[in-house]
Amino acid sequence: MPDITRDEVAHLARLARLALDDAELDRLAGELEVILGAVAQIAEVTDAADVPPTTHAVPLENVTRPDVIVPSLPRDTVLAAAPAAEDGRFRVPQILTDES
Amino acid sequence: MYEKDLQEFEPVIGLETHVELGTASKMFCGCATEFGAEPNTHTCPVCLGLPGALPVVNEKAIESTIRIGLALHCDIATWCRFARKNYFYPDMPKNFQTSQYDEPLCTDGYLDVDVEGSVVRVPIERVHLEEDTGKTLHVGGSTGRIHGATHSLVDYNRAGIPLVEIVTKPVVGTGQQAAAVAKAYVTELRDVLRGLDVSDIRMEQGSMRCDVNTSLNRPGEPWGTRTETKNVNSLRSVERAVRSEVERQAVLLRSGGRITQETRHFHEDSGTTSPGRSKEEATDYRYFPEPDLVPIAPDPDWVGALKAVLPEAPSVRRKQLLAQLGLSDLDAQAMVNAGVLDLVLATTEAGAPAAEARNWWLGSLAQAANTQGVEASELAITPAQVARVVELVAAGDLTAGLAKQVVDGVLAGEGSPDEVIGSRGLAVVKDEGALTEAVEAALAADPEAAEKVRGGKVQAVGALVGRVMKQTRGQADAAAVRALLLEKLGVSDS
Amino acid sequence: MTDLTRLTAVETREAITSGQASAVEVAQAHLDRIAAVDDRVHAFLHVDAEGALAQAKRVDAGEVTGPLAGVPLALKDVMTMAGVPTTCGSRILEGWRPPYDATVTARLKAAGVVILGKTNMDEFAMGSSTEHSAYGPTHNPWDLDRIPGGSGGGSSAALASYQAPLAIGTDTGGSIRQPASVTGTVGVKPTYGAVSRYGLVAFSSSLDQAGPCARTVLDAALLHEVIAGHDPCDSTSIPAPVPPVVEAARNASVEGLRVGVVKELQGDGYEPGVTARFEEAVALLQSQGAIVSEVSCPHFGYALPAYYLIAPSEASSNLARFDGVRYGLRVGDDGDRSLEEVMALTRARGFGAEVKRRIILGTYALSSGYYDAYYGQAQKVRTLISRDFQAAWSRVDVLVAPTCPTVAFPLGAKLEDPLAMYKQDICSIPANLYGGPAASFPAGLSEGLPVGFQVMAPTLRDDLLYRVGGALEKVLPPAIPPLSWES
Repeated sequence: MPDITRDEVAHLARLARLALDDAELDRLAGELEVILGAVAQIAEVTDAADVPPTTHAVPLENVTRPDVIVPSLPRDTVLAAAPAAEDGRFRVPQILTDES
Repeated sequence: MYEKDLQEFEPVIGLETHVELGTASKMFCGCATEFGAEPNTHTCPVCLGLPGALPVVNEKAIESTIRIGLALHCDIATWCRFARKNYFYPDMPKNFQTSQYDEPLCTDGYLDVDVEGSVVRVPIERVHLEEDTGKTLHVGGSTGRIHGATHSLVDYNRAGIPLVEIVTKPVVGTGQQAAAVAKAYVTELRDVLRGLDVSDIRMEQGSMRCDVNTSLNRPGEPWGTRTETKNVNSLRSVERAVRSEVERQAVLLRSGGRITQETRHFHEDSGTTSPGRSKEEATDYRYFPEPDLVPIAPDPDWVGALKAVLPEAPSVRRKQLLAQLGLSDLDAQAMVNAGVLDLVLATTEAGAPAAEARNWWLGSLAQAANTQGVEASELAITPAQVARVVELVAAGDLTAGLAKQVVDGVLAGEGSPDEVIGSRGLAVVKDEGALTEAVEAALAADPEAAEKVRGGKVQAVGALVGRVMKQTRGQADAAAVRALLLEKLGVSDS
Repeated sequence: MTDLTRLTAVETREAITSGQASAVEVAQAHLDRIAAVDDRVHAFLHVDAEGALAQAKRVDAGEVTGPLAGVPLALKDVMTMAGVPTTCGSRILEGWRPPYDATVTARLKAAGVVILGKTNMDEFAMGSSTEHSAYGPTHNPWDLDRIPGGSGGGSSAALASYQAPLAIGTDTGGSIRQPASVTGTVGVKPTYGAVSRYGLVAFSSSLDQAGPCARTVLDAALLHEVIAGHDPCDSTSIPAPVPPVVEAARNASVEGLRVGVVKELQGDGYEPGVTARFEEAVALLQSQGAIVSEVSCPHFGYALPAYYLIAPSEASSNLARFDGVRYGLRVGDDGDRSLEEVMALTRARGFGAEVKRRIILGTYALSSGYYDAYYGQAQKVRTLISRDFQAAWSRVDVLVAPTCPTVAFPLGAKLEDPLAMYKQDICSIPANLYGGPAASFPAGLSEGLPVGFQVMAPTLRDDLLYRVGGALEKVLPPAIPPLSWES
């Protein structure tokens, strides 16, 4: 059974952009350990067999659309949903990290 | 510095080039890709990542990517998928980028580039297709930088435009030519893509962007730690970025320091790089196959058909044309240096004699580009338009002076040469009656000059020619006017 | 005067076409019913009275016709509807009004269906009890102290309390079938790709499938026909004709149909009453000419763990877009905090405990170093389960099992035990991983509470579900909820 520490959950929470407090981190560490323990049994059947993965139930290929322009949404509609907007753009607080 | 550094160290460079495809609509939705629209006017539920919206692949983008792969001698995948690259950034509406991971459309090719007369083969690792991000404007800090900004503003017009990423394998053994190879590669790549007509490639508009990887090692030692320099957005900068990073790393290595594997930013103004702000967390993109899209399995027959009609590589076409036109290697080098070789060739293909085409592009057009601070290829005049001007001069419809005015008009965005001639009223006066009238008027207005000419002082005719030209607002052919005047005055021009 | 809310969809349409009632009267009767009982059931998160009456007027004006024109419907709040709030049961989308219709919504509107409003659900469809809604739980009309199933508990409870004759659900691991099972209604998960996902707010993209919910088999089939069909806006939509589901529901013959009872989905852990009703239903099918045998599906036992890797993984990515930048909630933007802090606070406050649990689990399962051990392996289990189904189809035409091991459990009973809650879906998940159609039909009561009978069929053979369901309905009419709490 994987041993999940609070630090690991904190790392995951940062990756997932979730501000969790210590109590939540502890609780989730415990729950994650239990859940991962329960799901680990799939290795019983997948480790040995040479089984290809399935990503889609009904296999389709080459679904595309023609390169044709269709009308966009009116900007007022788009920005009306935004928590903050300025000069026709979405406004966000100062960004600390660089673009990846 | 650089030259000395590369006597001591061996460089390994790598280039990742992002190119926006010139499709009409975005990668996964029907929004227009047109540049320069009002912010957030080219968005829809799909490219805004609204809850519930789903992507559908643009078939033209697949085709263009395959054609790029073929032009770069790549293997084309028979089956591949898109993948999600997960990370949070506000210019990415879904907080994942739909990209390709371990199953790119094209792999394992090369591009031959000409560097100072010899051919260098740059190996290509992969060509894959993904979506571009939106644009972020940083407000409140100095010079629009992220640092010190109070807040930022996001425009999603660019989000979802199809983006092709072309990644080289590590390029080794280039020695002192490393920077020149980098520049020559990006230049040649640009020309190949232009020849394919898959992108308009405006580096200054960000439709082609380069990341340059650089590392140094002492001969016989393993490759050094590499840095990735981003934000390299002109051909000149590609060369400068390599030079600057070589010099910086050499100083560090010589003093016993260590290179940090990091992302660095290139600054056009100073020509130097600075470290990106380090991330709080090591990046983990958690790639997995995009479940909202199905696999792409290009039909080999289709790929074969695309390959059959691929245009000739620019390097091949260039050589053929130069030979046909009888232009010397010296001429060719001058044109390469001015960045006008392909423009000259295109102008000749549009019908202009090689000498005329060469004179325009190396002369007033190169000057105009210099004045505007852009590359000649970025001027608002096309080779076909230059050829048209040459044609009009040859037909006697324009004089050399008028032709210059026409070109100025086209460069100023007044339209095609014929439109400029119409709107500015620049056609040569061919009306014999009008011309005779102007000649009579000039003789009447300056009898003194007329007398001098008659008396044998032929050079005095210049004043009279000037009067006629003034009256016809420059639209007469000066040589014809001179001849007419001399004839009227009964003097032969010996 | 007949109570218009007690009619089936078919009867409602007959009442309208015969002039017995106008579409507006039908809509108003349902709006009145919602006003009278929904304070206790809490099936709806939003009632769109104005839109419903406007659509009913169009039907009365003859602008739209068709078998479901004028029939009211409850739309699960995971489906977008232009201008109408869509929350997915989450705080993070509170107040968001989508600028576009889901394909399902657009098809319903075009068919003249009167959409009454949006129904309650477990947040982002993650749950089996509707207790994980940020807006409070829905109550089972059979017993208000019990769960109505989940995630689509609002839709099933609306049907069982006569607030609507039709509803739309979505099924990722059982969210249509398990609520149908515990409320004594019909719920169908069509073949994956049969109904467009465009406008269905994604939980797990490779598993999510919208489908019809109703009180009768024929009503479900009519709704199925309206919402199914190829959609170019959904790349995973199947370009094939809709199977003849209405005809199958009408003919409803199981004569000669080979029915396989899944060996692995019975025994320990199944309530005796559930097992008894299931066995009786199988016997009823046999008495109508079905050929019954037992079929082993050895990998079904691995479906639940595989599901709890695949669904959270995809969800962790699908739910990344809720960041307080373009729409929805934003928390903590005080001018000092950075974007990163505001995003993390918004997501911490905007998502409930179950959603956060699954995001963390999914983030873990996709992390470099773990992908192959978890997400990658889980995708292999899908292959094994599909092979089980394929092997079964060589011997039988459909597979049957209980929909759920239990009847409706009391509210709060499993809230503190995620694994126990997850086990509610043990019978329904195999069909999601395989992608074939599956449905739950009422199979009588156990201790006064409904039991569901599940049918699974090969991909694109959705019609077989309706044949079996219709045959069962003929001899086992759905039990009527006593609604004793009303008086």
